[in-house]
Amino acid sequence: MAIVTVRRISQVFFFLLFVWFSFVSTAGEEWWELRGWPANWFLQLDPLVALVTFLATFTFYAGLLWALLTILLTLVLGRFFCGWVCPFGTLQHFMGYWSGRFETLGHLQQKNRYHPYQVIKYYLLVFLLSMALGVALQKIIQAGLWTALLLYGGIALCLLLLFRETWLGEKKSKAIASVFFLAGASGLLAAFLQGGHRILASSVQTGLLDPIPLMHRSLNLFLFPVLGEPFRRGVVEPRLYEGAWVIGLIFVAVLLLCLKIPRFYCRFICPLGALMGILGKWALYRVGKTRVNCRDCSVCEAHCEGACEPMGAIRQHECVLCMNCLDDCHHGVMGYGTSRSLGGERDAPDISRRGLVLTVAAGVVSIPSMRLSGLLASNRDPHLVRPPGALREEEFLQRCIKCGQCMRICPTNIIHPGDFSHGVESLWTPVLNFRVGTSGCQLNCVACGHICPTAAIRPISLEEKLGEGRFADAGPVRMGMAFVDLGRCLPWTMDLPCIVCQENCPVSPKAIVVHEVFRPIRDPVHRVHSVMENDFIVVTLERLALQPARLATGDYYVRWVGEEARWRIQRNTEREIELVPQARGHISTQEGKEIEILVRLHLPQVDPHRCIGCGVCEHECPVTGKRAIRVTAENESREKRHSMILHGS
Amino acid sequence: MEKKETLHRRDFLVRSLKVGAAVGVTGFLGWRFHDPEGPPGAQQEEDEVSLPDFSVPGMDRRLAVVRGEDRAATLELALHALGGMSAFVKEGDRVLVKVNAAFASPPILSATTHPALVERLVQLCFKAGAGEVIVTDNPINDPQSCFVLSGIEEAARRAGGRVIYPRSDLFQPTTLPGGRLIRSWPLLYGPFHGVNKLIGVAPVKDHHRSGASMIMKNWYGLLGGRRNVFHQDVHTIITELAMMVKPTLAILDGTTTMMTNGPTGGSLADLKATHTLIAGTDQVSVDAFGATLLDKTVLDLPFIHMAESAGVGTSRYETLNPTHLQVS
Repeated sequence: MAIVTVRRISQVFFFLLFVWFSFVSTAGEEWWELRGWPANWFLQLDPLVALVTFLATFTFYAGLLWALLTILLTLVLGRFFCGWVCPFGTLQHFMGYWSGRFETLGHLQQKNRYHPYQVIKYYLLVFLLSMALGVALQKIIQAGLWTALLLYGGIALCLLLLFRETWLGEKKSKAIASVFFLAGASGLLAAFLQGGHRILASSVQTGLLDPIPLMHRSLNLFLFPVLGEPFRRGVVEPRLYEGAWVIGLIFVAVLLLCLKIPRFYCRFICPLGALMGILGKWALYRVGKTRVNCRDCSVCEAHCEGACEPMGAIRQHECVLCMNCLDDCHHGVMGYGTSRSLGGERDAPDISRRGLVLTVAAGVVSIPSMRLSGLLASNRDPHLVRPPGALREEEFLQRCIKCGQCMRICPTNIIHPGDFSHGVESLWTPVLNFRVGTSGCQLNCVACGHICPTAAIRPISLEEKLGEGRFADAGPVRMGMAFVDLGRCLPWTMDLPCIVCQENCPVSPKAIVVHEVFRPIRDPVHRVHSVMENDFIVVTLERLALQPARLATGDYYVRWVGEEARWRIQRNTEREIELVPQARGHISTQEGKEIEILVRLHLPQVDPHRCIGCGVCEHECPVTGKRAIRVTAENESREKRHSMILHGS
Repeated sequence: MEKKETLHRRDFLVRSLKVGAAVGVTGFLGWRFHDPEGPPGAQQEEDEVSLPDFSVPGMDRRLAVVRGEDRAATLELALHALGGMSAFVKEGDRVLVKVNAAFASPPILSATTHPALVERLVQLCFKAGAGEVIVTDNPINDPQSCFVLSGIEEAARRAGGRVIYPRSDLFQPTTLPGGRLIRSWPLLYGPFHGVNKLIGVAPVKDHHRSGASMIMKNWYGLLGGRRNVFHQDVHTIITELAMMVKPTLAILDGTTTMMTNGPTGGSLADLKATHTLIAGTDQVSVDAFGATLLDKTVLDLPFIHMAESAGVGTSRYETLNPTHLQVS
């Protein structure tokens, strides 16, 4: 079997496996639902996820150790992941293959020629990784004088290397200027870091471009919902995701671009590919010329997926091991083995030192810059309600890779990809929206934390979520708190009985209490003509004043003006009101007296000690536009500073 | 030159014909689809549906009250007292069991119909010869979570029943003749396709707004849309539901009664062991008896009186000479 056939089988296999794992990521007990399927396996194999969360947290969470396998194999085999495993690579590969079927070799060679912009992905990788460096830098500075000196020394060395040409220049003035510049720059940097290290911060943003989270996100939030989730059990209304069209647009646009430029994303953007390229630099096995009898016919470059120019000095870091050159070469020149290519090799991408240093610096300062808005401090967005078990915002942003797995698993469809309103860093991170979906956060559900591949949402137990057993002291996990909007609430402000929110509150005892009040209705006072007592009491008014049956709902009462007792109305016509007799007391009234008609209302009030912010009340509120009871992040467990009441629980 | 001239003329004629046809078609399309009035303000209405009467024709009103802890046993005894399941379900019948699966909570909290009761009921339907038994509800919480966590789905399947989730395409509007609230309102009608018997089975629960959630309140789960607006007139909606739904049989489970914090409950402290199962053909009398388990009277629950006035049934359950039995 030809090696490209094996590669195609591998691609199809891993692609289908990926789709299958995405498909089964639904809460349920069937074999085709999430019952122990390693749904996150591809994310765990992704070394970029492991590396970036390691930089930000100094830990490899659970299954992320799988990334070591990928790294080890890449060190031996080269970028096998890109060409043989990556599902996004496979999709692009297919698109490029499709468009190139009927094109001439010459045209194909042109399409698959190396483009200098392919270096962009390395800068993107460095930039994204540098965004996660803040905490590490902070730790080094805090570690003490010597370490700090070492750091500054390192930085000075970098600068020295950077301006080497100037330093080695003949003109003394330039050399002296350089020394002063170096000293001044390191001094400034040192001063900045010592005084300002507190604002150094890490944020994981690789998920924006990392192809595996991108694939998950595109399938979870765009492709499956658009296809209508045909096989997903329990979907009673279409799944919705806020702003998912952008995610879909990017996905489709990239795939369409591949018709013009094969593996467009892999070549120019993919930070994972860049990481693999750097690792692949040292790979034991490599593609290259194994014989000297090459006639330079350039057929090998016609179908080259990586655009790595195998005919000349092959760019090993761009080679995705598609093996097409081996298949295409009619002279048996191209091979895959341990020896270096006889045509020469270019190991390193064309990144300039200056560019590298600038990119690292830009990455490191980008996060503190973004946080100047204060969204992680006093200017936080109260509508940023995170799923139960989500870490403190700062730690959360050090882990979340925007893969959308929590959004897919959520049975109620309330977890949505965030937009820019919660801060640039929060784009596509999970945010709760209680207006969408089938209910609020279900009391007995902890699915999101258990699927999260990086523990940005901790895998809490039901016991912990409910604050039972050994978590009794800590109390339940609160996502936020509900607030009644008195101006919109039907009983509070419009004298309409309702209390849907109270009824649906899942907490026991309920976190919404009601106060019973009796309020006079509009035009409440009427003069009585006569009163008759049989099984029921019938009050006849002097005038035709009532709308028939309007007061017969069980919520209306009569009180004789100046008396205490209230009598419930059972039936009414235009002139007659039938009252339910009471155990105590008789009607002590005669004709000519006045009665007042009251409506009995229950006014809802949130008990801040009990409310967990699950949003069921908000979801059920009959004021459907802007709800009359809404959850904001007040009092959320994950952030002590957001607690609102004196006695925690 | 002359030849060219001729060709030119022919070319002109052909082009004229084409343009003429295009003008004609354009004009026709404009005339055909011209709408001088604009769209009507009211929304287009779907075909309305209505529920048939599921009660057994000619059967007198029957009521049985059985004391005991084991739901399967009390159910069997109650049905025996009512004349056996075969009096209600015949060979080849298609039965719909309307459970209360409103909340995603486990059976032990009694906020939903107990799975043991569902399982035995479905089994008994099949034993009586039912061709198909469908279990459905439109819960308040997430449907799948509700059916799974309440244990109803598994119980129904074990007994051979089919659970139907309230997918949005299964709703069709309905209007209750003479009703004030149920007017062109979405009804969970899809599962009723081909069904000729309906059994309501619900637990006895405290319900803050209406006073109690039992058989009549349980029909709320057949409504779709933003049904919460009906809470503004909760007793009327329960009455109208009872008028609209005429079940074959009503089974009210008071083995455990939710006394407080209803209708969600959420704690064992909200529950009380009352060890009673009520079954009957008159939903008003079943609910009237159920009220006693909540330590309430008919006067505390306006919807019972309202349903009685509407002719749905009688609140004076003693007049039906209920059979009182005890599971030994």
